[in-house]
Amino acid sequence: MAQKVMIEPVTRIEGHAKVSIILGDDGRVERARLHVNEFRGFEQFCRGRMFFEMPQITPRICGICPVSHHLAAAKAADAIIGVTPTHTASLLRELMHMGQVVQSHSMHFFELAGPDLLLGFDADPAKRNVVGLIEQQPEIALKGVMLRKFGQSIIAALGQKRVHPEFAVAGGVNSALTIEARDTIRRDLAARIEDAQAGIAIAKAWLNEHQDYADTFASFPCGYLGTVAEDGTLDLYQGKLRLIDCYGNRLEEFDPADYLDYIGERVEDWTYLKFPYYLKLGWPGGVYRVGPLARLNMCSGIATPLAHEEWRQWQQVNGGKPVQGTLYYHWARMVETLYALERTAQILEDPDVMSNDLYVPSDQITRRGVGCLEAPRGTLIHDYRTDPDGKLIDVNLIIATGHNNWAMSRSVEEVAKAYVDGTRLTEGMLNRVEAAIRAHDPCLSCSTHAVGQMPLEVTLLRGDGEVVERVVRG
Amino acid sequence: MAKPKIATDWLAACAGCHMSLLDVDERLIELIKKVELTSSPITDLKVPPESGVDVGWLTGAVNSSDNEHVAKRMRARARIVVACGDCAVFGGVMRMRNYWPLQKALETAYIDTPSTVEGKIPGDPDIMVPQVDRALGEVIKVDVYVPGCPPSADLIFYVLNELAEGRIPQLDTPKLDYD
Ligand code: SF4
Repeated sequence: MAQKVMIEPVTRIEGHAKVSIILGDDGRVERARLHVNEFRGFEQFCRGRMFFEMPQITPRICGICPVSHHLAAAKAADAIIGVTPTHTASLLRELMHMGQVVQSHSMHFFELAGPDLLLGFDADPAKRNVVGLIEQQPEIALKGVMLRKFGQSIIAALGQKRVHPEFAVAGGVNSALTIEARDTIRRDLAARIEDAQAGIAIAKAWLNEHQDYADTFASFPCGYLGTVAEDGTLDLYQGKLRLIDCYGNRLEEFDPADYLDYIGERVEDWTYLKFPYYLKLGWPGGVYRVGPLARLNMCSGIATPLAHEEWRQWQQVNGGKPVQGTLYYHWARMVETLYALERTAQILEDPDVMSNDLYVPSDQITRRGVGCLEAPRGTLIHDYRTDPDGKLIDVNLIIATGHNNWAMSRSVEEVAKAYVDGTRLTEGMLNRVEAAIRAHDPCLSCSTHAVGQMPLEVTLLRGDGEVVERVVRG
Repeated sequence: MAKPKIATDWLAACAGCHMSLLDVDERLIELIKKVELTSSPITDLKVPPESGVDVGWLTGAVNSSDNEHVAKRMRARARIVVACGDCAVFGGVMRMRNYWPLQKALETAYIDTPSTVEGKIPGDPDIMVPQVDRALGEVIKVDVYVPGCPPSADLIFYVLNELAEGRIPQLDTPKLDYD
């Protein structure tokens, strides 16, 4: 008789995300599932709104990366009015996006996942968090706080608020960069670059020390999707979508507006988060990952010097082939933070950045617009259709965490296979299941909410439903 | 005197209210000297201790069976419940969903969207049941309302600091003038 192991972030009772592991007759793990437990219905209630309201409505999908939704919505709105924004408007939007990448990545690294790496996976759960980190390693915690603050203040300098700013509009942006704001950002850049480098050093040292573990932990083949500039280098704001396979071969490079020809989404009965996949390879052959690990794997280099040097080292990890180990996400995340800081400097150097040429008016309604960019956690797609007056009739959203849905379940399955033998659940397994999910930095607030670390309750049930064993932590 | 205990949680929310809490930046260090943070999405403790907390800080609306459970448990365990942010105070953007039957919203998301292949509505008994969207005050008694989407970090700091000092915060107009 098959058995089912439920691993429930206590959030299950609260309703966010949980994991179930199905055991075969021989007590071995057959499969694992990540249940995402929230539904908010933006696709429905945006219908009937005007397209130009979307840069204000959709950031409420996610307060951790609201700028991604704000900008993806504005890009879709540009397309609906048939406008390409001015160079200045694009630069300023990208600048805001870089602020977000810095704040989101550094929050994840230092404040959410960092405590695991810095205090240890086996540290007291009551202390293994940002508060514990502040108490025990205040200098490091402060780097995270300062990086996050730096990113948030770029966002606020342009959009007046740190969370849910108001800046991008259909056709451009609503205000210019002030000289004071530019100089304030510049003044702190060098110190923040050092903080990011310190983060990279922490990640690399940890991976070095635990190399065997990092190379085998939740390591599996899949495709990788991300955005590249014309020359194939990493681009977080605009460009073509590039998809590679697990050997690094290029499968596709396409305009995001054509995403429906390449990406489909599967629905499963047991989760509210859909599963995107590459249509030509079908389900589940066409599964892929997104986010920092995927982006460093699929790009052909980075257009800023310090981050490019890191990327060259990244290339050596797996002999030029994509890096598969899930824990490498942490290093990739800090490399991207460094890139975002260097890119901020480049943008501020651009002669057009202080111009007042912010907005291109239009009275056209093309009735369709796709907006796409690389959110901190991966590729984000907004697709709108409108009636002739610009009222929305159809809204489709593919959110970064969705692309990683399969991979998170798969990671959990790998870990379960390694640490569950069907008769006993170990504390070590709980930690590792948690770490496998967390390394993907799931922005479950885009779908559920479990952003933090998850205390787990695991129940091992016999086929007849009788509880064999229960382990609770947290 | 023991430090007042605070528990925070999120219901149907975007996490922006918790981000605004982190946006107090370095003042976080000052704050945690005054209060004991127990369960929270940013710590490893997720359930408020059974022995109770002084302040239960909830963000987000109630729009599923699980949200309702979390809200009621927080009410049972917290002396003062704070509704933080427009979702908790008014029901948030998801309130617009109530113009349609829930079933229609689910069909749109899981069947009609153009990228969905062979869609169906998730219905496994192990997952939550969606509900009509409600503000927190429609589900449990709320003691302090802090509006804003999200409330500014300054306001959140003021409210937490007042509560930490044992006072009920007074929210007058200038403090709410941030949007
Ligand atoms: S009130 Fe606004 S910031 Fe707070 S959770 Fe709701 S949508 Fe997010």
